[in-house]
Amino acid sequence: MSQIEVPVGIVGVEVHSEQREVPDGTPPAWRENASLKQVGKPVPRIDGNEKVSGRARYTSDVVRPGMLHGKVLRSPHPHARIHRIDVSEALKMPGVKAALALPHLLGIADDGSGKTTQVQSVRYYGQPLAAVAAQTVEQAVAALSKIKVDYDVLPFVVDPTEARQPAAPKVFAQPVIARGSAGGGGSKDKLNQVGNVRGPKRSVPRGREVEKQATQVTQALLAGPQGVRATYKTQVQTHSALETHGVVAEWSRAGDELTVWASTQGIFSVRDELAEYLGIEQSKVRVITDYCGGGFGAKFGAGNYGVLAALLAKEAKAPVRLMLDRREEHLAVGNRPGSEQTVALAASTDGKLTAIEVKGFGFGGAGAGAGFAGPALSMYDCPAVYVEEFDVFTHSGPLAAFRAPGHPQGAFALEQAMDELAERLHLDPVALRDKNDTHPARREQRKRAATAFGWQNRTATGQGPRTGKLGEVRRGSGMAQGCWYHLVNVDSRAEVRIHRDGSVEVLTGVQDIGSGIRTPLAQVVAEELQIPIAKVKVTIGDTRLPPGPGSGGSVTTASITPAAREAAYAAKQALLKELQAVLGLDKVPELTGGAVVGLKAGKPTPPLPFDKACARMRRTEVLGSAVRELDYGATANGKRGNFLAQLGGVQFAEVEVSTLTGVVRVLRIVASHDCGRPVNPLLVENQIHGGIIQGLSYALFEERRLDPKTGRILNGNLEQYKIAGALDVPKIEVLLLEELRGRSSTDASGIGEPATVPTAAAIANAVYNAIGVRIRELPITPAKVLAALASAGK
Amino acid sequence: MKQPISLIVNGERYDTLCQPNLTLLEVLRENLQLTGTKHGCELGECGACAVLLDGEPVLSCLVLAMECAGQQITTVEGLARGAELHPLQAAFADHGAAQCGYCTPGILLTAKALLERNPCPSRSEVREALSGNLCRCTGYLQILDAVDAAAQVLREEQR
Repeated sequence: MSQIEVPVGIVGVEVHSEQREVPDGTPPAWRENASLKQVGKPVPRIDGNEKVSGRARYTSDVVRPGMLHGKVLRSPHPHARIHRIDVSEALKMPGVKAALALPHLLGIADDGSGKTTQVQSVRYYGQPLAAVAAQTVEQAVAALSKIKVDYDVLPFVVDPTEARQPAAPKVFAQPVIARGSAGGGGSKDKLNQVGNVRGPKRSVPRGREVEKQATQVTQALLAGPQGVRATYKTQVQTHSALETHGVVAEWSRAGDELTVWASTQGIFSVRDELAEYLGIEQSKVRVITDYCGGGFGAKFGAGNYGVLAALLAKEAKAPVRLMLDRREEHLAVGNRPGSEQTVALAASTDGKLTAIEVKGFGFGGAGAGAGFAGPALSMYDCPAVYVEEFDVFTHSGPLAAFRAPGHPQGAFALEQAMDELAERLHLDPVALRDKNDTHPARREQRKRAATAFGWQNRTATGQGPRTGKLGEVRRGSGMAQGCWYHLVNVDSRAEVRIHRDGSVEVLTGVQDIGSGIRTPLAQVVAEELQIPIAKVKVTIGDTRLPPGPGSGGSVTTASITPAAREAAYAAKQALLKELQAVLGLDKVPELTGGAVVGLKAGKPTPPLPFDKACARMRRTEVLGSAVRELDYGATANGKRGNFLAQLGGVQFAEVEVSTLTGVVRVLRIVASHDCGRPVNPLLVENQIHGGIIQGLSYALFEERRLDPKTGRILNGNLEQYKIAGALDVPKIEVLLLEELRGRSSTDASGIGEPATVPTAAAIANAVYNAIGVRIRELPITPAKVLAALASAGK
Repeated sequence: MKQPISLIVNGERYDTLCQPNLTLLEVLRENLQLTGTKHGCELGECGACAVLLDGEPVLSCLVLAMECAGQQITTVEGLARGAELHPLQAAFADHGAAQCGYCTPGILLTAKALLERNPCPSRSEVREALSGNLCRCTGYLQILDAVDAAAQVLREEQR
């Protein structure tokens, strides 16, 4: 081990030097972005041309010789027992080459009844049962209707309030366990389960004792002197990536090796799930993702569709493409679970929080782990914090990880409660947070965003400007904040090859789900080797490459850019040693100003530009390889990451509410965020904009609706399931912090998730400020606004 | 029964055989292997499959291929001017208007039709024109900025 000096602090506020113990061979720390040439610059995506020209190959674009088309048979009943699935008639249909029942079901909570029983138990409308591969999609669809399924149709419940009643039909007869999928999620084992209600899962901030905190919270809530208590509800949101889930699966001629092109955010998670499911070696499964049309948490693992495609391809001895349609997306491949949370806060009269209590229910359908505790546990410096969460099972499609799982829900409740507390205390909402939140980045973000927003001009509740012919349009402002975590997947490696002609390759098995990871990889390598970005060829998206992190949890940039930089550093050392030998230098030369400079017989050699230096190599390439090590100082770190460094994020919203129509329009969002060292501010801003729009869409429009009478989805499309469009977009101003923390050789963290956490809460607070009536339930539709106004007599 | 069909796509004539019930989207992607045009919903809700038919934007998932015989079809593959990107394409790449990129082809073609009809659109006209094209990754603003930037380049070319 050796010591290095690293810069620490928020650039523009205060930056100082600290020492870190690091493995030998660690490159020296970079100073702030202003001192760098490639990193920290708003470089457009290096694969932009591919994406704008239609050349980028997505999974749905893959065509293989003799390829068949797969379709999935799904249950038309939300609850049933299957006795038999008979595919024999389907196999006789024109063009059909394979038909089979799903051997066992993925993505659902496990009730311990065994794989066979599990797959025979239908627990949601749209549950996959069987599949067909045919020469055309139409043939496959026609054949599905010939599959005979003997069902016992059973009573069901899709309404989460009804599901809590003791007499409600049970989704699971026995207590479940829910292992985290490749995309995270999962839930604690051995929780109590009564009927459809599982829990409580009791949580307190790290390092505190559950019982003590629970008692302290109860006492503080009784003691007051100030407090608020209210119940908030959030809806089920579906990921709605534009490219649906799907794969193309192809076996080798001998039938022992499988290649899968997958629309995924984790190629290795697809590989591992397929290998396990099919009982073959990981080395015999290759997963390729050139481009992926969005994932947002729902595209980890092979999925039921993926294993069905692989099995069909094996049976048909031909490649099979199986892409889901839009309706299947809403039904069966995950969602952000709904919630009902009661938040109670207590505070001293001067606004110091004395207790935070959140108790409530998560509605993840036939999946467990629908929590919302994150913001309450992590955001405020409060001596007593206690969260109690129950899963409520319903006969509907199971949840999946979705951009900051639990956090937008949690923030929607907690941050409105904070707003309510501020009003009770006659305190400014920003001032209340300043009193209770010492997170250095968020403190700075509140300051900068409040100034940029013009928060000091905010009017009292209901007193904002009025427009419209009748003065019916009210304007209001609100703010909210969020948290996420500096997460790292140390199971990440990158290779850098320097070729004799001075061109450079970086290879690693990450995948681009849209955030654009190729570009930061090129930037960090170009920075290290002092070459133009155009000289760096990035190859990703293939499990034949060194393992890369899955693109979830906002880990990608934080995990893989240090490995890429360190691989480039190692390749550079190899090149310089080679030059010492070839040129007969006194010692290993240096790369400086884009040229190699050394000493020969005590005299400086003329600067040799990088490409000319490479031309002197005796071999065709030099190679550097680096694994993502633990954060500097060996910060306590599990395989999946650590929670020691929290990310912030503060958003201010201005809205207009029509008291005549109930329509809410968001006029403006000012968002201040941090992600360690921003490697590419253009891409970071892209992520923040996208997170805000998803948050806005969640706040105002999106809601998966199920028919309580039939258990079927009512809006399994993009017409009645409305997502924000170009007409809904407000002005957005992003204030990005550069926060150096001396944690890795690039010091980057993620941004995809924190960007969407506070938006819905900020909008809800702004709506309250506009109309003086609080809407505690998402989405904030015109009907809810009008009903709230009417019940308040306004 | 498959029937012969002749389509003019990006100025090239393609002869193929297809079922008369196939949409233009399917024939472009599956028969002609022009996969730049994307599947999003196949219900005319998302705009990912937009192409130009005689210069007018249509959702290729809602048009039968048979109906398009003899008409000029433009897809994203036909936007570039030889080796050079079309100004819209260049602006989308430069502004970060394409994130995952899946909705991009449909938006590019819708924007092209707009700029041909209205070379100097206001921001609200651009929003209106693109209101049928859903994007799940960006915040749309980069898309609007890119269309503005491309409009300016195209106007300068016209001078």
